[in-house]
Amino acid sequence: MWKFTSTRSVLTFVIALLAIGLIVMALSGYLAPITRLVLNPIIAAQTWLSTRYQAIQDFITTPSDLARLRLRNAELEADNARLQAQVIELQQQIAEYQVLSTLLDYVRANPQNEYVTASVIGRDTSPFMRYVIINRGSDNGLVRGMPVITQQGLVGRIAAVSPGAARVQLITDPSSSINIRLQQSEADAVLMGSLTGELMLDLIPQSDSVQVGDLVLTSGLGGEYPENLLIGQVSGVRQVEAALFQTASVQPVVDFTQLRIVLVITNFRPIDITPLLPTPSAP
Amino acid sequence: MPILLGFLILGGLTVVQSAIVSRMPMLQGTADLVLLAIAAWALHSRVTTHWHWAVIGGLAMAIPSGVPFGVFPAAYLLMVLLAHLLRQRVWRAPILAMFVVVFAGTMVSHGLTLLTLWFVGMPRPLFDSLNLITLPSLLLNILLAVPMYVLIGDLAKWLYPEEMEV
Repeated sequence: MWKFTSTRSVLTFVIALLAIGLIVMALSGYLAPITRLVLNPIIAAQTWLSTRYQAIQDFITTPSDLARLRLRNAELEADNARLQAQVIELQQQIAEYQVLSTLLDYVRANPQNEYVTASVIGRDTSPFMRYVIINRGSDNGLVRGMPVITQQGLVGRIAAVSPGAARVQLITDPSSSINIRLQQSEADAVLMGSLTGELMLDLIPQSDSVQVGDLVLTSGLGGEYPENLLIGQVSGVRQVEAALFQTASVQPVVDFTQLRIVLVITNFRPIDITPLLPTPSAP
Repeated sequence: MPILLGFLILGGLTVVQSAIVSRMPMLQGTADLVLLAIAAWALHSRVTTHWHWAVIGGLAMAIPSGVPFGVFPAAYLLMVLLAHLLRQRVWRAPILAMFVVVFAGTMVSHGLTLLTLWFVGMPRPLFDSLNLITLPSLLLNILLAVPMYVLIGDLAKWLYPEEMEV
């Protein structure tokens, strides 16, 4: 009995010693080559098996993922479209705000006038006429003949009014003629529109020295426009010795192709001087 | 129903004309969508309301325009008269008739406008008008004639279905 117990104790001791020895050898790295030798085939087999399993799993679950992805894609596309629309709207608001801000600066700098702000909502349906339609009318106190400007300068004047809208004759209209004054040379002249949209100065006395770059302002003569509204700059002068007057071309300060928001000067009423004009039958 | 639809379509086209097409000139000329729609409508064989459309379109175009009132309705009525005569004779080649009517309609519309402006003391230089406005407008109108003819033709077929012979 003792012998049996003694043999078992020795065996346990040997096993424990072996175990401790193996642990010590493993911790000290002596078993690494053996471990590598044993584990490498196992790791390779497990990698192979795992890859195949994942492939099979993907194959089985893909249809549901595809549907989910499509749904998610549609949601994201809808979000994207909504955000793009918001961006466009905000960009428009920023552009509008910038225009309004500069118009406000102009109004503050010129407090002698009263203004109504209006948006340009269309152009004349006939290509022969250079008119724009604005979204303010007689309901807003507008009447025929009121000058229309932007922060840059003169745009035109109101030619016709309805309760909710008005038609503005641009200064580039071929029928438009405005009495102007050249700032530097102090010469008076008449500004006329044309079919091409160009502005021409006529009736400049030959004695006046007109220079390229002269500022063109309304003179107020004739009572159709208030004085000193900026129109543009002289861009070229044509002087013919035999002619009675000089002519000049004008570069307008307003870009008429980009008109969006305008100001109507409401406290200016044009003066009708027609009865004062001489008629052939008058004595 | 066709007259009510005329108000909607021609009113809508006038808005598009004033808000968009007028801002897209070629030189100084622009297409005339209302003229094209009326021409296409008048050339359809079963349509009976072409005179009404001419008046409606003319009035719609005249309201936002500085051109003396009556020029557009008169020009469109003359064009519809020509279309009415043509569709009785050139019925086998309606698209050819469309080109002829659009060409004549544009010339009549611009000619009447120039004449009226001259009468009211707002004359336009004739040569520049022809070069810068009429010829480019004519080109744009001819280019848009086919799509407008197809669209309005579909509308006409929907409103005036062919009668089945039993």
